[in-house]
Amino acid sequence: MIITHPILGPRDSSEFVYLGDATLLDRPDWQADDALHQFTRYQHSRDNPAGLHRELWFHEQGDRSWLVVTRDTVTHEIMQVEFASDMARKERS
Amino acid sequence: MSQKNRLDDGLIDRSETFSFRFDSQYYKGHKGDTLASALLANGVRLMGRSFKYHRPRGVMTAGSEEPNALVELRDGARKEPNTRATTAELFDGLRAESQNRWPSLAFDAMEVNDLLSSFFAAGFYYKTFMWPAAFWEKIYEPIIRRAAGLGSLSTRDHPDEYDKGFLHCDLLIIGGGPAGLAAALTAGESGARVILADEDFLIGGRLNLESHALGGMSGPAWAAEMGARLGAMPNVRVMPRTTVMGAFDHGVYGAVERVSDHLKVPEDGKPRQILWRITSKRAILCAGATERPIVFENNDRPGIMQASAIRAYANRWAVTPARQVAIFTNNDDGHRTASDLVAKGVDDVSVIDTRTDAPSSSDYNVIAGGVIDQTWGRLGLTQIEVKMPRGGIRRIKCGALGVSGGWNPNVHLTCHQRGRPVWNDAIAGFVPGEALPMGMTVAGAANGVFSTHGALKTGADAAKGVLSDLGLTAKTLPLPETEDAPARVTPFWHVKTAKRAWVDQQNDVTAKDIKLAHQENFRSVEHLKRYTTLGMATDQGKTSNIAGLAIMAEVAGTSIPEVGTTMFRPPYTPTAMGVFAGRARGTETRPTRLTPSHRWAEEQGAVFTEAGLWLRAQWFPKPGETHWRESCDREVLQTRKSVGICDVTSLGKIDVQGSDAAAFLNLVYCNGFAKLPVGKVRYGLMLREDGIVMDDGTAARLAEDHFIVTTTTGNALGVYRHMEFVRQCLCPDMDVQLISTTEAWAQFAVAGPKSRALLHKIVDDEFDLSNAAFPFMACAETTICGGLRARLFRISFSGELAYEIAVPTRYGDALIRRLMDAGKEFDVVPYGLEALNVMRIEKGHATANELNGTTTALNLGMGRMVSKKKDSIGSILSERPGLTEADALKLVGLKPVDPENPVPAGAHLMTKDAKATASNDQGYVTSACYSPNLGHHIALGFLKAGDARLGEVIGLVSPLTGINHDVEVVSPHFLDPKGERLRA
Repeated sequence: MIITHPILGPRDSSEFVYLGDATLLDRPDWQADDALHQFTRYQHSRDNPAGLHRELWFHEQGDRSWLVVTRDTVTHEIMQVEFASDMARKERS
Repeated sequence: MSQKNRLDDGLIDRSETFSFRFDSQYYKGHKGDTLASALLANGVRLMGRSFKYHRPRGVMTAGSEEPNALVELRDGARKEPNTRATTAELFDGLRAESQNRWPSLAFDAMEVNDLLSSFFAAGFYYKTFMWPAAFWEKIYEPIIRRAAGLGSLSTRDHPDEYDKGFLHCDLLIIGGGPAGLAAALTAGESGARVILADEDFLIGGRLNLESHALGGMSGPAWAAEMGARLGAMPNVRVMPRTTVMGAFDHGVYGAVERVSDHLKVPEDGKPRQILWRITSKRAILCAGATERPIVFENNDRPGIMQASAIRAYANRWAVTPARQVAIFTNNDDGHRTASDLVAKGVDDVSVIDTRTDAPSSSDYNVIAGGVIDQTWGRLGLTQIEVKMPRGGIRRIKCGALGVSGGWNPNVHLTCHQRGRPVWNDAIAGFVPGEALPMGMTVAGAANGVFSTHGALKTGADAAKGVLSDLGLTAKTLPLPETEDAPARVTPFWHVKTAKRAWVDQQNDVTAKDIKLAHQENFRSVEHLKRYTTLGMATDQGKTSNIAGLAIMAEVAGTSIPEVGTTMFRPPYTPTAMGVFAGRARGTETRPTRLTPSHRWAEEQGAVFTEAGLWLRAQWFPKPGETHWRESCDREVLQTRKSVGICDVTSLGKIDVQGSDAAAFLNLVYCNGFAKLPVGKVRYGLMLREDGIVMDDGTAARLAEDHFIVTTTTGNALGVYRHMEFVRQCLCPDMDVQLISTTEAWAQFAVAGPKSRALLHKIVDDEFDLSNAAFPFMACAETTICGGLRARLFRISFSGELAYEIAVPTRYGDALIRRLMDAGKEFDVVPYGLEALNVMRIEKGHATANELNGTTTALNLGMGRMVSKKKDSIGSILSERPGLTEADALKLVGLKPVDPENPVPAGAHLMTKDAKATASNDQGYVTSACYSPNLGHHIALGFLKAGDARLGEVIGLVSPLTGINHDVEVVSPHFLDPKGERLRA
């Protein structure tokens, strides 16, 4: 697979390390009343879609940026690649 | 021996004569020959023995689909089993041995299997070798493996190198026949970046094997001219000897280039083969088609071949397998072989055509509506028996029989992404389906277009389609005039017989076996394949699958498309394991990292061990020491008595800078860092979000906005990745930056009561090393040896008064020498990982053995370190039920009740005298050593509610080693529990 890095352009997927579902960006509030419940869901409950999936990849043998890659899990086609930090800021705002 | 079956002309270079050996016999051939063509030229038809019944077999094809003529090529360490004689290029001095026969190819003792064949029908292994189960591995399998098999491995290290490489292109064209050449010319002339790959060493595909003219030129001449034209284009890369063996995601193709297979040994510096990963925007599959056989009784004798292969040998290699040849066909293409042979001077040719309306010829004898009933000749065909259309039998003497059952498009690569081929009645074969791998189109015979003109046209058209997709303007090139005959075929799959007619020659599967499988209810095509082994092994049924499906359809009373096909998977043809490994062999499988003191340690005769990717000194044997324990004990005692030095460079170092650095570490570590003063170091425990311990280390605050974090050696990469995740994904607005500086600094632990005195001689005078000015857990940037910048940390893993000193890596070697020199007066000792381990166990410090991915801060006795006053990764889930039970495992020390007894790591802990069962399990031993300071073995381990059980005597069992004795639960701090030494 080729991942088109927002700055570095098309890169071979072997330069990256895969982490998983990009919902990890949305970390719960530790002070919430049901924090234990929320963190349990955050840590362990994942959708496993056959189709579009937003997931985290780390450009370990590159610029060490975390990326949110939107990939079709059926065809492995990659639709979009964004910086995770941009996405995290968006979630926060 | 003379090349008695060599004809005139052909694409061989007669000016170069090669000598080669097959089994014990020497032969001659020419440059341009394959092993198969050279053997045929010398009158050799018998080339192998079949897998199961050891039946004599000859070459059946002239290409990579060959099921029979498998040999062991070369000898010694370069021996390659199961090499197809049809693709092995001849070179001078080539050695090949036939396989699966004893004592010789012509007389094979195992041929007795053939007489017993009624016992070896489909499913024989499953039925016969069922019971007792224990017999399978020890008795049945070795016998079967010896009796039924392919070639043998050299079992020696391969002396040649294999390589890997990456290529990128707009358009990958797979196959260099007429369709591929037309596509490549169109795309190349239009400016696209093109790769044209062909498995053959001669570009041209069937143009080199046929007698068709193209625009007044011979096929081979036209192919050579176009190949040269393409080769001259800077935007086109022509890759002969390159098999595209797999179609993968996103237009990525795997291709194996056989750089040196045609040479006796590779040229200096050249690899044997290269595995290319080709990333293409578009691909055109022009893989051609494979002729399929018709199945009849005893259709496997040496000399019985594809009709197209006989023609290929005659046209390209100027060889005929025999002077008297018969053809058995159900289509017009079979007649081409007859006319080509006659044109080549082989004039005793008969054609048996299953069709009553077969075309007639004045050049050769045609029997329309006949079928082959029987064949003769044990080690090679001598005679065939034809059942005549109006009854009666005619016998024809012949040494070769060409069989043509029609052509199957080579759809394999279209199926690598789960595409399914579809049935086409016009050619009575499967053509590529709708769902092709992304970016792929198919042209020529691979798409069921069998005429040469059709191949040229569909190849050029496919390229035009691709070019417009790529935004390029396609040039239209004139196509040469050439044959455009329609494919006329009347399906005819097999001549019914009560005896044995071979469907899959590589796996000895007969028409009867397929019927038997059906009878026994193995009716799905996938079950049929696995039960009978039809279509398995090196040829993957390229010549046999369709006939098998046809017979299955017939017995099931259904149609071939209803039976369906099995799935084609990569690789397209057998691929050497070596090329997948590439250069990753032996110690080259991963990098080896050396510490800055490595060369010095080698000079001391150190014994090294692997730690992550690093090689670290394990111990430093002195003359006379015969056992590692002697060296280790000495290093421990001397360090505790005076001073020792250990290279700790391999521990991960991460530089953390920014105005939010402290807040960031507060989030990453479960314990607090916000209030750590500048000039101080703190132990930090890092949790995973699920509450389990990830790693531990120290963080030293060099400035308000500057920390240095250390990690364990093995986790350096993972911790860095995790910290970047936290920084970028969880707190993107913090002002903090990270960089790994593990290899930027050489770092040494200087430990022992004399460590301060030693460092005093190294550290520049302005720096006050006194206990008051630089106490335990202090850190500073300083200079040593007269101005060299260094970092000093007063931290201790050994439990002694100790420092870690870091200098830029390039000074590491000089520093260890200077330290050892300065330490002479204290009898300084270098210590390795074993001594380091002993000292940390004596002190009760955890390492990876304790931070083993299942343990929590609570387990480690550090539960209270998890701050509840702040957010940190893992703090919430560290409190989840199940991790906080009252009887949770706790880190304890263990010592044997009988001081002579060892306390081995991995042993399990039981209540005293309890039976050693899993339900009685109370914990386990994680780290163990002999303590030279205490004079007995000690260990660390996890025990249920262990912290409340100090003093209790419990049972220690290790069923693996037969150990079962009592140990006492003690504090994990065996030595200096109050920490007076390290604060001294």
